[in-house]
Amino acid sequence: MAQKLKLEIVTPASQVLCEEVDEITAPGNMGQFGVLPGHTPLLTILDVGEFSYRKGSDVYYLAVNWGYVEVADDRVLVLVETAESQDHIDLARAKAALGRAEAKLKELNPADKEYRILQGALQRALVRIQVGSRGSRH
Amino acid sequence: MANLKDIKKRITSVKSTQQITKAMKMVAAARFRKAGQAIEAARPYAAKMQQVLASLALREDPAAHPLLQKHDRRGKALVLVLSSDRGLCGGFNLNVAKAAEQFVRSNADGFDSYEVVVIGRKGREQLKTRGLIADKVYEDVTADATYATAALIGQEIVHGYEQGEVDAVYLVYNAFFSAIRQEVTVDQLLPIIPAEAEAEVFPVQPLYEPARGEVLSSILPKHVEVQIYRAFLESLASEHGARMSAMESASKNASEMIAALTLQYNRVRQAVITTELVEIISGASSVQ
Repeated sequence: MAQKLKLEIVTPASQVLCEEVDEITAPGNMGQFGVLPGHTPLLTILDVGEFSYRKGSDVYYLAVNWGYVEVADDRVLVLVETAESQDHIDLARAKAALGRAEAKLKELNPADKEYRILQGALQRALVRIQVGSRGSRH
Repeated sequence: MANLKDIKKRITSVKSTQQITKAMKMVAAARFRKAGQAIEAARPYAAKMQQVLASLALREDPAAHPLLQKHDRRGKALVLVLSSDRGLCGGFNLNVAKAAEQFVRSNADGFDSYEVVVIGRKGREQLKTRGLIADKVYEDVTADATYATAALIGQEIVHGYEQGEVDAVYLVYNAFFSAIRQEVTVDQLLPIIPAEAEAEVFPVQPLYEPARGEVLSSILPKHVEVQIYRAFLESLASEHGARMSAMESASKNASEMIAALTLQYNRVRQAVITTELVEIISGASSVQ
């Protein structure tokens, strides 16, 4: 298909990306979903997860953290809290964070207020590890 | 004529003042750089968010969520004024207070009453001298403008709007352009203004995932928080910029004053020496 998607990713800290891509896959709040050119207008909530986009035959991965996606007229606007590409992920740090979160979660019981915060941290660490260990991008 | 000791004293005092203004300028410059970067980084996100919301407000039925609904009643409007906690920043607080006062007094939209919420101690003081008493003041939150604070204020505002306690919300703040240019801006925060409808575009109902209500009640309050946060950062960068240029000119004025005083000091000194010489010479000649 000749048509392309215009993908824009912004976080409160910076504009991460503004590119023409062929396809995206995003971690929707109700499950992973894909968008191809010609998609119907869509507004959805993103969860913590792995976001990927395809340009030609190259697939790029990003770890994103909670936000929104708006699809309209082959424009994909991604508003997320954080977005980290593979190059920006510190695997060692993510693994350390995972270990910490797991250890603490064992001590707490699910009713604690901290439990949910920690679970979030755990999830983010998992996603980072998943994205970071995807191997090289080509 | 002023005596030597007095002039000397003044020179010393002006010098130490200059030291303070110079130091403050340096500090402001460092903070300004940081704040400037923060606002530059935050702008795209806030702008895109605004864009999403504006198009959403255009397509969406206002009844879908209380934050989209325009209140027919023109009861009370909330004005959130962003100022600073510290002074010595030129016309920064004065300008924002002036704009807020003008906005409330002119009452262009015909509200019955206004609730004035001020962020920053100096803004409250300025408004007070202008006869506007702040209904609520947040102090000591501007120094390190965190998202958490903005979110807290946002939640309170959203709650007030949903409960119908206020019928519109405005933001008054110094928009940041450059170190020497800040402009007071009044933004309507709530109700959300829909985008201008483009003639050829049909308002298409987008898909919502999960349900429409859930998406809306997540994104709308978030939008309010993001916009308040952006105004926070704008105001902070403006504050440091304003302080920087105020301290710059204060240091310059101090230099001029020191130069003038030194000149005067030397003149007086010379006059004293001349008088003494004349006295000695005339004394000596009378002895001869």
